[in-house]
Amino acid sequence: MELNPQTNTGPGIDIKNAEKGMSPTKIAMKRFMKNKLAVASVFILLLIVVVVILAPFLTEHNPTKTNLTLIERPPSEDHLLGNDSSGRDNFARLIYGGRISLIVGFSAMVFTLVIGVVLGSISGYYGGKIDSIIMRACDLVLMLPFLVLCLTIVAILEEVNVTILVSIIALTSWPSLTRIIRGTFLTLREQEFILGAKAIGVSDLRIIFKHFIPNAIGPILVNATLMMATYIIAESALSFIGFGIPQPTPTWGNMLSEAQSLRILRNSPEAWIPPGLAILITVLCINFVGDGLRDAFDPKSNRR
Amino acid sequence: MSLLEKELEKKVEQDYILEAKNIKKYFPIKGGVFKREVGQVKAVDDVSLSILRGETLGVVGESGSGKSTLGRVILRLLDPTEGQIFFENEEISKMSNRQLRPYRRDMQIVFQDPFASLNPKMNVQELIEEPLLVQTDMSKSARKEKAISLLEKVGLRPDSRLKYPHEFSGGQRQRISIARALALNPKFVICDEPVSALDVSIQAQVLNLMADLQDEFNLTYLFIAHDLSVVKHISDRVAVMYLGRIAEIAPKKNIYETPLHPYTEALLSAVPSTDITAKREKIILKGDLPSPSNPPSGCAFRTRCPKAHERCSLERPELINVSEGHFVACHLYDN
Repeated sequence: MELNPQTNTGPGIDIKNAEKGMSPTKIAMKRFMKNKLAVASVFILLLIVVVVILAPFLTEHNPTKTNLTLIERPPSEDHLLGNDSSGRDNFARLIYGGRISLIVGFSAMVFTLVIGVVLGSISGYYGGKIDSIIMRACDLVLMLPFLVLCLTIVAILEEVNVTILVSIIALTSWPSLTRIIRGTFLTLREQEFILGAKAIGVSDLRIIFKHFIPNAIGPILVNATLMMATYIIAESALSFIGFGIPQPTPTWGNMLSEAQSLRILRNSPEAWIPPGLAILITVLCINFVGDGLRDAFDPKSNRR
Repeated sequence: MSLLEKELEKKVEQDYILEAKNIKKYFPIKGGVFKREVGQVKAVDDVSLSILRGETLGVVGESGSGKSTLGRVILRLLDPTEGQIFFENEEISKMSNRQLRPYRRDMQIVFQDPFASLNPKMNVQELIEEPLLVQTDMSKSARKEKAISLLEKVGLRPDSRLKYPHEFSGGQRQRISIARALALNPKFVICDEPVSALDVSIQAQVLNLMADLQDEFNLTYLFIAHDLSVVKHISDRVAVMYLGRIAEIAPKKNIYETPLHPYTEALLSAVPSTDITAKREKIILKGDLPSPSNPPSGCAFRTRCPKAHERCSLERPELINVSEGHFVACHLYDN
């Protein structure tokens, strides 16, 4: 070897100390922290998460336990938000229901992300036939209306639990993320640093994980966040019409289904306004965070 | 005839690091509903060249002449449509990516755009260590030491090794690219317009650095550029490309003093001179580069050539040997 480190590294060179640079991701996060709305949204979301995690400590009532003597009771000291049509405590259902709604939204997002990253990477990196196949599959799934497809699958399966609901949501909505990741890969593929990595002999897997994905992290993160919001709404919508998580398991969506009765809608707003607000606030905050991330990762896009 | 024989004889004894034979790279143009192939862009159309160990071959041509594509095909970053590439007498043109991997140590490339050729999410140390990481089993500390010594070689401060590419200027980034290309001690480096994106003052620095490194590491360069002045500084031989073909290839002295091809003459007349008393006739070419998807018949240059005659549209000129090492593809010189 001509390049001998020993001869070239003189005693004057300080090997240990080097100026730390700012990575583009760090810069984006710094920019994100300046966005007050987004940071406030993060705090509100964290608060919601803490509340649903600490649910057993915040209420001693069991959200699934029916009590026939308490049917449709107005709020009282013991039952802050009254009781529902089966006599279950609304407050307990609200905070326990948040668990299910958030878990469904989050796991569906993670599931979609996995499918999207794998298929999008393959499609965008290799191109050609495999790309055509994946893209036609995307078209096929996109063609089917989401809600009708969900209803059909739920109707066929008869029983729905969280895992099934998450799978249904993920399996019907992976194409949009797959397309976004493929698109990002296609633009990156023409960049010279990808060619440079190939010229060095970097393996395909390392190119995808070290060169493509870190540079696509912005769009991936933004879309995953926004997607989580739509999944929470999807869960609520399905539960509202009775095709989501079945009773007695509480979710914000099936709490709202109580309001299908005109009597409750008129007389007991305390039964349906809180879960409705919870959905609204959560989704709004997630969207603000998503927008904040978008502005942080792509500062050119935020000045409309 | 004796010249040709001499040339052949020389070939036997000469040590070619790289030989490319009849390289063609056609890009398909797809159209219609079913993405049928409706045409071809002949980016590189039957190019042969060989590079001696330790020399610098400059490749010059305007944008679209296929010089960058040629470089990428030689490194197998693009697959040739036809033709053979020999690296140290091994044919690499048909190897799979896996088979190619060990050869990638010996061949490297420095790209034109220093803002696109470095992964923005990796810091300098990671960038320089990456080739060592994937091609050698050096330890972490050995890689780090090597990275530091390479940074010093290319004239960057080692204590800025944890910075990211966006924190450097164009010239500094190009130095990082060079350090990365040299990390594996390659024998052959393709320089794909490494200085054309840089300021003129920085161009000279980077060119001098590359010349110094060539001496130090005994490198062979294929130096791609779009103007003759940059190539003059660093090359031993120069090839002039036009529309995917080699118009003229000769030792530097011949190209600059006795250019034969009308296109080379035109290119030379466009090089600004510092000697204001020198009388020079500027040859201004008419029109644009024809589309490589539909090249003119016969000689590709005939549509813009001031000396074109009837034969040029009928026959494609082959490279002919006019003097030692000087080849030209023009009907003016074959009788």
